[in-house]
Amino acid sequence: MSSAIADDATTLLTPKRLNHLQALEAESIAIMREAVAEFARPVMLYSIGKDSSVMLRLAQKAFYPGKIPFPLLHVDTSYKFPEMISFRDAYTKEIGAELIVHRNEEAIAAGANPYTLGTQNCCGLLKTRSLLDGLAEGGFDAAFGGARRDEEKSRAKERVYSFRDSAGQWDPKNQRPELWSLYNSRLRKGESIRVFPLSNWTELDIWLYLYAEKIPIVPLYFAQERPLIVRGGQMTLYHDGMKLLPGEEIRTEKVRMRSLGCLPCTGAMRSEADTLPKIIEELLTFRRSERENRAIDHDEEGSMEVKKREGYF
Amino acid sequence: MANDLLHTEREFQDFLDAHLGQELLRFTTAGSVDDGKSTLIGRLLHDTKSVYEDQLAAVKKSRVNRAANGHVDFSLLTDGLKAEREQGITIDVAYRYFSTSRRKFIIADTPGHEQYTRNMATGASTADVAVVLIDAKAFLREGKLLPQSRRHTYIASLLGIPHVVAAVNKMDIVGYSQETFQAIRAEFVELASRLGLKSVTTIPVSALEGDNVVTPSTNMTWYDGPTLLEFLETVPLLMNEPLGPLRFPVQLVQRPDASFRGFAGQVARGVLRAGERVRALPSGRETTVSRIVTWDGDLPVAAYPQSVTVELEDEIDLSRGEMLVAASAEEEGNLPQASRHVRAMVVWMHEEPLVVGRTYIAKHTTRTVRATVKAIRYRVDVATLEHGATRQLAMNEIAEIELETNLPLFFDPYEESRTTGSMILIDSLTNATVGAAMITGASKALDDTANGAPALVLLPGRPAIAERLREQMEAHGYRAVVIDDDLIPEESLVAVIRALDLAGVTAITSRALASDAVDGLVHAVSGFTQRGVLRGDELDDEKVLEIAGGVQ
Ligand SMILES: Nc1nc2c(ncn2[C@@H]2O[C@H](COP(=O)(O)OP(=O)(O)O)[C@@H](O)[C@H]2O)c(=O)[nH]1
Ligand SMILES: [Mg+2]
Repeated sequence: MSSAIADDATTLLTPKRLNHLQALEAESIAIMREAVAEFARPVMLYSIGKDSSVMLRLAQKAFYPGKIPFPLLHVDTSYKFPEMISFRDAYTKEIGAELIVHRNEEAIAAGANPYTLGTQNCCGLLKTRSLLDGLAEGGFDAAFGGARRDEEKSRAKERVYSFRDSAGQWDPKNQRPELWSLYNSRLRKGESIRVFPLSNWTELDIWLYLYAEKIPIVPLYFAQERPLIVRGGQMTLYHDGMKLLPGEEIRTEKVRMRSLGCLPCTGAMRSEADTLPKIIEELLTFRRSERENRAIDHDEEGSMEVKKREGYF
Repeated sequence: MANDLLHTEREFQDFLDAHLGQELLRFTTAGSVDDGKSTLIGRLLHDTKSVYEDQLAAVKKSRVNRAANGHVDFSLLTDGLKAEREQGITIDVAYRYFSTSRRKFIIADTPGHEQYTRNMATGASTADVAVVLIDAKAFLREGKLLPQSRRHTYIASLLGIPHVVAAVNKMDIVGYSQETFQAIRAEFVELASRLGLKSVTTIPVSALEGDNVVTPSTNMTWYDGPTLLEFLETVPLLMNEPLGPLRFPVQLVQRPDASFRGFAGQVARGVLRAGERVRALPSGRETTVSRIVTWDGDLPVAAYPQSVTVELEDEIDLSRGEMLVAASAEEEGNLPQASRHVRAMVVWMHEEPLVVGRTYIAKHTTRTVRATVKAIRYRVDVATLEHGATRQLAMNEIAEIELETNLPLFFDPYEESRTTGSMILIDSLTNATVGAAMITGASKALDDTANGAPALVLLPGRPAIAERLREQMEAHGYRAVVIDDDLIPEESLVAVIRALDLAGVTAITSRALASDAVDGLVHAVSGFTQRGVLRGDELDDEKVLEIAGGVQ
């Protein structure tokens, strides 16, 4: 955030008040610096989505004029949108970040997919398992994640420093109390901490910040005429090489993605919003929450809590 | 969430400006179980249009509904864990967010059960406002405030929450009686003044029916104060009143290349200015802030709670855990206290009790130290606020204790500064966060510089004699510490020794250092201490004890 303070010479003696985005930014930066100071080997989980884009910018700010002092880890399920992968590669290169891509090649080769396995099992293999393996391989003791507490009810209970046992699991009933901005980073061998610098940001804050900071995001967030099919009651973007099921046909609609996950499990929504201001305006008129378009959360009540206990983000 | 469509470009721009200019207010809820905390928050979210249709639909079709008169059970919007929905209670702090055109709000919804008091303290630690719910019906039944309401009001005062609001809830089932409200109000105001709370407000509400939560009540025309939301939207924010002297604890030293050396941190208190003379603690060296660096450009001034990077004019030694203050602080009499002996109020948070004599790990600003409990001065009976003696502190108990740390802390009393007056205690074996401590002051005036004893004794590879020397020195009334702790990395040795020297403590090390490292250390320490360095590597045990052990 360009500070409100810098503008006005008469404010030299009394700094201006911070607005809420500046306050959130200051908090997030402090969290990241603290983790870098205290952990031996931190990593940032980079999902390519809008929250990751904000987190990445905050990391650039936190360590400016230095470079980001940790690598980015992307867990690639092989079902990500091609636009996400090309954005990832171009953007991380542009800002000079170190990128690690981890895939559960074994499960991918065995043909893991959400249609035959169900979303729960597919996520378990391609995301959770793969993430835990990726973290173990890199010997990371702390992983920054872009989760926000306003996303989902079980996330509302997350600490900023979320402790994981040596199996990577979360025990919601036995979390370390977290007071002031004093974070407990003490670990035994094999244990780790997920650090959530965006804990206190809301979806609207993220969009406002992307707008105010002019942060690049994957074009899929902007409405555009796109080929799609309707599958499982959801509009799924069509891409080359996709096999159509009987009765399915490709049609073109002006759509955008509200959140980005795997192609088969993230539905598109009809929208005219092709600029950030329009997206923000649209968001204000939404009556439905952002994760609703994701198959992962509504298999069963409390399914996110179950996934998180197992080690999912 | 704004409800109306924003029709014109102009309206949208106004909206953006308003949202980009919003302030952030954090509040926490407190009160006994079933006073209606979760319902109240659900009501706030609902009436400010912050609940999505699918979330509301899920709540409406839920198997559980404890709300009367066929109302939607709003508490289900906040009780997020399965066990909570099934048992109908709140187990852990849940954070909620909403905004109006005036402010963005962060709510910590905390549990009312006594065994979760530590979570109440957690939510309270960062709050600008505490909303203490009082069940009007329960008050009539008991004839007085419930013990848990008293306990939580006390915790709110202990954790220094600037504003406390009593929301007198369930007014609908006491016939919206002004008399009942007045009786509760009188008792609450009496409690608040006993606790020394400075800003206290009472509001009659019905979380279930929505009276005075967002919309002014038509059932209580006798009340002409603000609704709860109005109060939250307008109460002055401490965050934006950067009072007090400068405190800048260093988080990280940034050294991207040979040309730049900056100190990254969050201003913990006061205002930092480019061009200002500052003093580094513990070294006492003074220099000038040459730049306040951020990604968005240099700043002329930065205030709490901004995160910035400071560049200094002179190459002084300064590392993580140390602090910058204004050079004028000494003259103005507002230096932080520096001591290894602190008194603190502690809220105990673990099943394993706090025991006198045990050593914990303490984290204070960016400094991590070992802290030994020297004494429990008294325990507070939260119901009566009376003080009593004890040797142990069980979970959820509160006491004033004395701690001795292995390195000095630079602190302000918690009453003056939540950031530089707070500490967490960590169990050194399990790593659990076991206590929340609020510093009340230095415990003894012990920290005058000891004469005669060396600043540093080097005994490479001889841990046993190092320990014997320490014991013997302490027996002679000197203070000494063995700094072979794995918490102290080699590159911090000089800073640690200097901090100890300043506090009049002798540093003893049996680390096996490379010979050039030893020379470097001796050189560096000789540069700042008024006392000597004893190189024990050329002396036998007896000689070491003779020279350093019984210093005159
Ligand atoms: N009549 C009435 N009932 C209420 C009101 N607020 C809460 N309740 C009920 O009181 C019970 C406890 O509420 P809950 O929000 O879970 O309390 P908590 O334990 O403090 O979070 C539930 O049955 C609510 O429906 C109110 O203003 N009026
Ligand atoms: Mg509750």
